[in-house]
Amino acid sequence: MNKAVEKQNNQISGKRSTILWRLLKLVASTSPLMLISSTVAIILTAAANVLGSLFIERLINTYIIPLTKEARPDFGPLLHAIAVMFGCYAIGFISNYLFAMLMAVLAQKVQFRVRMEMFEHMEKLPISYFDENDYGDIMSCYTNDIDTLQQMISQSIPQFMNSTLNLIFVLGAMLVLSWQLTIFTLIVFALSIIVVRFLTIRSAHYFKLQQKELGQVNGYNEEMLNGLKVIKVFSHEPEVEQDFNTYNDSLQVASGKAHTYATILFPIMGNLGNLLYVLIAVLGGAVAINHIAPLSLGVIGAFLQLSKQFAMPIAQISQQLNSIVMALAGAERIFKLEDQIVEVDDGDVTITKDEDVKGAWHWNVPQKDGSVKKVTVNGHIVFDHVNFGYSPNKQILYDISIDAKPGMKVALVGETGAGKTTISNMINRFYEINSGTITYDGIPINRIKKDDLRRSLSIVLQDTHMFTGTVMDNIRFGNAEASDDDVYQAAHLSHADEFIHHLDEGYKTIIDGNGGDLSQGQMQLLSIARAMIADEPVMILDEATSSIDTQTEKLVQAGMDNLLAGRTSFVIAHRLSTIVNSDLILVLDHGHIIEAGNHEQLLKQKGYYYELYTGKKEIQ
Amino acid sequence: MINTLSKSIRQYKKLSLLSPLFVTGEVIIEMLIPYLVGILIDNGIMKGNMPYITKSGIVLLVFTVLSLVLGSGASYASAHAAAGFAANLRKDMFYHVQDYSFENIDNFSSASLVTRMTTDVNNVQMSYQILIRIAVRAPMMLLVSIIMSVIVSPQLSLVFVVIAPIFVILLGIIIKSASKYFPKIFRGYDRMNQVVRENIRGIREVKTYVQEEAQTVKFKKSAGFIYRLFATAQKIMSLNSLVVMAVLNISNLAICWFGAKEIVGGSLQTGQLISMFSYSNSVLGSLNMLAMIFTQLVVSAASGHRIADVINEKPSIENPRKPLKHVNNGEVIFDHVNFKYDPDDKNLALNNINLTIKPGETIGIIGKTGSSKSTLVSMIPRLYDTDSGAVRVSGHNVKSYDLKTLRDNVAMVLQNNVLFSGTIKENLKWGNENATDEEIVAAAKIAHADDFIREMPDQYETMVEQGGTNVSGGQKQRITIARALLKRPKILILDDSTSAVDTQTERQIREALVENMPDTTKIIISQRIVSIKDADRIIVMDDGKIQDIGTHEELMQRNDLYSSIAKFQEEQKK
Repeated sequence: MNKAVEKQNNQISGKRSTILWRLLKLVASTSPLMLISSTVAIILTAAANVLGSLFIERLINTYIIPLTKEARPDFGPLLHAIAVMFGCYAIGFISNYLFAMLMAVLAQKVQFRVRMEMFEHMEKLPISYFDENDYGDIMSCYTNDIDTLQQMISQSIPQFMNSTLNLIFVLGAMLVLSWQLTIFTLIVFALSIIVVRFLTIRSAHYFKLQQKELGQVNGYNEEMLNGLKVIKVFSHEPEVEQDFNTYNDSLQVASGKAHTYATILFPIMGNLGNLLYVLIAVLGGAVAINHIAPLSLGVIGAFLQLSKQFAMPIAQISQQLNSIVMALAGAERIFKLEDQIVEVDDGDVTITKDEDVKGAWHWNVPQKDGSVKKVTVNGHIVFDHVNFGYSPNKQILYDISIDAKPGMKVALVGETGAGKTTISNMINRFYEINSGTITYDGIPINRIKKDDLRRSLSIVLQDTHMFTGTVMDNIRFGNAEASDDDVYQAAHLSHADEFIHHLDEGYKTIIDGNGGDLSQGQMQLLSIARAMIADEPVMILDEATSSIDTQTEKLVQAGMDNLLAGRTSFVIAHRLSTIVNSDLILVLDHGHIIEAGNHEQLLKQKGYYYELYTGKKEIQ
Repeated sequence: MINTLSKSIRQYKKLSLLSPLFVTGEVIIEMLIPYLVGILIDNGIMKGNMPYITKSGIVLLVFTVLSLVLGSGASYASAHAAAGFAANLRKDMFYHVQDYSFENIDNFSSASLVTRMTTDVNNVQMSYQILIRIAVRAPMMLLVSIIMSVIVSPQLSLVFVVIAPIFVILLGIIIKSASKYFPKIFRGYDRMNQVVRENIRGIREVKTYVQEEAQTVKFKKSAGFIYRLFATAQKIMSLNSLVVMAVLNISNLAICWFGAKEIVGGSLQTGQLISMFSYSNSVLGSLNMLAMIFTQLVVSAASGHRIADVINEKPSIENPRKPLKHVNNGEVIFDHVNFKYDPDDKNLALNNINLTIKPGETIGIIGKTGSSKSTLVSMIPRLYDTDSGAVRVSGHNVKSYDLKTLRDNVAMVLQNNVLFSGTIKENLKWGNENATDEEIVAAAKIAHADDFIREMPDQYETMVEQGGTNVSGGQKQRITIARALLKRPKILILDDSTSAVDTQTERQIREALVENMPDTTKIIISQRIVSIKDADRIIVMDDGKIQDIGTHEELMQRNDLYSSIAKFQEEQKK
C-alpha cells in the first residue's frame, strides 16, 4: 500500500471514530437507563452461559465419578446442585431476554428520535439545500440509512457485545480449567482470526462492489423503463437488452463472490470449532493418560463443551464489525443532514391580521425605545440595487432595482436562466441577497421574521404539489384556520369548484402527493384556490399556466384574474399573452434588467421585447 | 409462483443440486464427530489406551477436513447458484418487459418495475441461497442428531421427544403473534415516506405557507405509529431468545440428571454423556434455525409473487406468424375502429373511427384533453390493438406486419418524450444505427436542432444527462423530432411535439418537413390552431369520435368547437 492511500485510510478511520462516538452518545442519551440495564443483562447472560459449561466438570468430577464408587448412591446433593444450576440458568435466560428486548426497543426509540430530528431539521433548511441535493439522496437518509442504523443498534452491537463477552468468559473459564489446554486453544484462535479477517474483508469488498453494480443496474433500469414507450416506438429492444446483460452479468459476478465469502465463513469457523473439539479430546487424552499434567475427565468434558462456544463468537465479531462499518456510512449521511445550517431568521418585525377589518394586516415594528410601531401592510415592494449569486463566484442578478407599488402587476420576461424565478425567490427570502436592499412597505425584509414575511406573500408555482389528504385539506394548506365556507368560496373564485364537484367524493376526495387522478390543470386550479384562501397582499405567479389545454386555460385565466385583483403581483410567464396587460414589464437578460415599461412603451422601444412579441426571437 | 420462478434456474440447476448434497455430507460427518469423540473418551482416555487415541484422532482429523471441504463447497455452490438464479430472474423480467405492449406497460408503474427487479429479486436470491443450503442443513442436522442421540442413549433421547414439540409450539405462537404487525408496519412506512417525499418535493409550498410545524406534526404521527407497532413486535420477537435459551438449558439439566443416574446405574458411560450435550445443542439449534428460515421465506414469498406477476403478464401484442417485412407507402385507413383501454371502461376511447389518409398528405388533429387524439394515432404503429374494426397501412392490416418493420416505417414522436443518457449523436442514432454524420446533420437541420446543437460545448458529442435535464423543453422536442426523421419513415406522427417550440420555428420545421419529405404522410397533433391550420385536412376529435374533418377555412365556417378554440387563441395573442 502506498503512503498516500494509507494516509487517506487513516483519515477515514479517524472520522469513523468520531461518527461512532457521536452515535454512541446519541444512543446513550436516548435512554441511559435502558442502556445500563441491558449492559448488566448481557454480562449476566454471558456469565450464566459459561457457568453452565463449567458445571459439566463439577457434574462429572464431583458427583458422577464419586457416585459410581458408592454402594448406595445418594442423589440428593446432585439434585440440589441441579436446582442451583437451574437458578443460574434462569437468571441467564431472563437477562438474555431482557437484553434482546431492551436493545430492540432502544433501537426503535433511537430510530424514532433520529427521524424526528432529521425531519424537523430538514423543514428548517434553506431552499438551496434542496437545490443542491438530489431528491433520492435525501430520501435514502430516511429509508436505507435509518434502516442500517436500526440494524446496527438492534443486531450488530448486541451481537458484537454478546460475542465479545462470551469470548472473554469462555477464555476465562478455560484458564480456570486448564492453562495448558487454553494455550493450545489460543494458537487455534490466532489461526482462526487470520482466516476470519481475510474472509470478512474479502466479502466486505465484494459487497461494496455488489452495491455499486446494483446501483448501475438500478440506474439503467430506471432510465430504460421510464423510456420504455420510446424504446418500443424505435424497436430498440435488442440493443437495450444487450446493454442490460453487461450490467446484469457484472452484478452477478460480484454478488456470487460476496455471498460465497460471507457464507463460507460459517462452515470454516464451524469446522475450526470441530477441529478444536477433536484436538482437545486427543491431546487432552494423551496428556491425562501420560500424566504430563493433572487433567481430569471432567475438565476434558467441560473443555470440549467450551470449545464449541469458542469458534462462533469469533466469526460473529468479525461479521458484525463489517456491518457496523457499513452502518457508520449511513450514520455519517444522517449526521451530515442534521449538521446543515438552517435558514437565518433574525428579524423582529411581525405581522398581525386586523381583527375587525377583513383582509387588512399590519406590521409590528419594534422601535429602539422599546415601543412597537404599527405599519399597515400595503404590499409595496422595492428592490434597491440588488446583487445576488448562488455561490460567490457565480453571480446571477446584477444591480436589480424595482419599485412595485401596491396593487401593481409586475411581469418578468426573459430566457430560462435569465433570473426571473431568482428575483421572486429574493422577495420571500428563499435565498439571501449579497448586496443592496429589498423593502416591504418600507421595512427591510431581513428585519421581518421569516415566517411572518412568508405569511404576507403567496406563490403559485409551475410544478404544483399536492399533499396527501382531502381536496379540502389541500386548499386549506394556504390557511389552516379557514372555515369550510372559506374553502368553498376560494374554490369558487378560482373556478376550481366545477371540477371538484365532479370528483367522486367532492371536497372529501383523497388525493396523494402526485395529485392522483387530477390533471396538471386541475392541480393548478387547486393551487390557485390555495393562494386565494391565504389571502395575502402580495402574489408571485411562476409560470402558473403552462402545459394545459385551451379549454382549461380559459378557466385558469379567469381564476387567476380574480386572484390578482387588488394585490401587488409578480408574474413570470412563458406565453407573452398572459402579461401584456401588466403595469410594469421587466425584460431580463443574464441577470440584468435590459428593458422596463408597460406593453405599449416596450413595443415602441423596438428592442428585445418587441422582437419577442413579434416572434422574431424565441424564448429558450 | 414457484413454477414461474423455477424456470429461471436453468444453467444453475447443477450447482443448486450440489449444494444440498454437500450440506448433507457435511452434516452427517459433523454429527459423527461428537459420537466418535465420546467413544474416544470411553475407550481411549478412560482405559488409558494411547494407540487407540492416536488412531481415532487421525480418523477424526480426516473427518473434520472432509466436513470443511464439503461445507465450503456447499457455500460456494449455494452462493453462486443463488446469484446466477437472481441474474436470470432479472434478465427474464427485463427481456419480458421489452416484449410488453403499451397496454402492459400501463399496468405497471416504472418505479414498481425497478423495485421488483432489485429489492424483490434480492429477497428471492437470499431466500434461494437459504433454501438450498441452510434449509437443507437444519432439518438434516435435526434428523441426524436425533438419530445419533438415540444410538448413544435411547433413554436420554426421550428428553428431546418431550421438549422439541413444546419448543416448536412456543416458537410458532411467537412468530404468529409478531408477524401480524408487519404488514401494518410496512403500510406505515409507505405513509411516512409519502410525507417525506411530499415535503422534499413541495418544500417551496411548505415554506411559502409556513406549514413547517403542521407538517412536522403530520410526520410525527406516522413515525410514532411505526415506533409503537415496531416496538411491540420487537418485544414479542425477543421472547424467541427467551424460549431458545430456556429450553436449551432445561434440556441440558435434564440430561445431566438422567445421565448421572444412568451412569451410576451402569447403563451409560461418561463419554456418551458428553456427546449427548453436543447433540442437545444441535437439536435445539436446528429447530431455532428452522423457525428463522420459515420467517424469511414468508417475507420473500411476497417478493416472489411480485416477480411472477411481471413474468406472467402476457404481452398483449405479438408478432404475426408470417409477417410482412415491407411497407410500400404511407397510406393509412381506419375501418370502423372501436377501442377501449380497459374492458371495464364505460366509454369507448375510440368510437367507430373511419378515416382514409393518402400517402404524403399532411393531417392536423385538434381536440381537448381526453378527446383521444393520441389514442387515435397510437393505433397506427400498433402500440395498441383495436377491439373491433381494422387499421391498415399501405393496404395491409397493421397486425400482419412485422412489428419492427411497421414501427421503423411509422415514426412517432411521443408526447412525453425522453432522451437517454449518452451524447446527442448517440440519441439521434436511435433513429438509425448506421446513419452517417451527414444524414444526422441533415435531419437535425430539418428539425431546426442543428443551430443550438452547434452552440453547445461539445456540439453533437455533448452529453445528455439522464432524463435530458440539460436541454430546454423546446430543444428536447427538436432533438426527438430529428431522431424520428432519421428513420426515413413512410408515416411521421408528431404528438404535440412542438408545444415548447415558438410558433416561428415551429412553422419553419413544418415547411422543412413538407419540402424534404414530400412522400411521407405527416400527422400532427397540437393544442394550437396555428400549428395545424396549413394542413391538407384537419380532424376535430371530441370524446373519442371524429367530430369533423376539413380544411381550416371549411372548419372555421361550419364547426363551432373549432372556431371557438381559434377565436380564443386569437384573443390570447392580442
